[in-house]
Amino acid sequence: MANAPHAFAALADPTRRAVFERLARGPRAVGELAKGLPVSRPAVSQHLAVLKEAGLVKDQADGTRRVYRIDPAGLGAIRAWLDRFWDQSLASFKAELESELRKERS
Amino acid sequence: MSGTIAPAPVRKSVEIATTPERTFAFFAERMGRWWRPDHSLLGGLPREDVVIEPRVGGRWYERATNGTVCEWGKVLEWEPPRRLLLAWQLNADWRYDPDLITELEIRFIAIGADRTRVELEHSKLENFGPRAEETRALLDSFDAWMGALERFVEIAGREA
Repeated sequence: MANAPHAFAALADPTRRAVFERLARGPRAVGELAKGLPVSRPAVSQHLAVLKEAGLVKDQADGTRRVYRIDPAGLGAIRAWLDRFWDQSLASFKAELESELRKERS
Repeated sequence: MSGTIAPAPVRKSVEIATTPERTFAFFAERMGRWWRPDHSLLGGLPREDVVIEPRVGGRWYERATNGTVCEWGKVLEWEPPRRLLLAWQLNADWRYDPDLITELEIRFIAIGADRTRVELEHSKLENFGPRAEETRALLDSFDAWMGALERFVEIAGREA
């Protein structure tokens, strides 16, 4: 988890999540995204960079603007979902097996 | 911008203080014991078991106490106690799709006497295909689901 910007980690931040959800409603430029969010425009840009690196959004030049949209294949989101899913599943696998091993020893 | 997007596999690992044999058996043969009850596709029916038929081509499914079965996938490779390769055939809507193959590989690696590292890799995620319009709904239902799951893990942790 520490060596790569996972999609899950990217969405764990509430502001980033808010940016992502705004994009879920349709493509937006940075300025539009920053409006109504309690963070500065450079901060929004930084969040977008993290989301992009995590494969959740992509960007495209539109004249002088840069327009962001959710990865059209939706794969980034699915991947983020699975990332969290398997974290939790393996945690419960480990917990159940260890509980059984402890019972055997006692 | 027209290229296929191939997302990186999801990779996870945990370590358990027992042998690969024991770990494999618990993982594959007793999945109903550890698979979260709220990860059910049975639509509220009480679950009886989660089954991986122990052979190549074997089915991977969930069964309710009333006999209702939900297919999840199948066994692509069965190599106890070192490796298991499953096809995860649930799409982004949680519906079984026999034409969808994403791969779930689980390796059981001895890392000392009585210690095993479980490495899980979910790959071929690009086979989920274009699902943009479902992304939002997926994330929303995911949050509801994960809330229940996190509660369970917390309870399990307290009891441990």
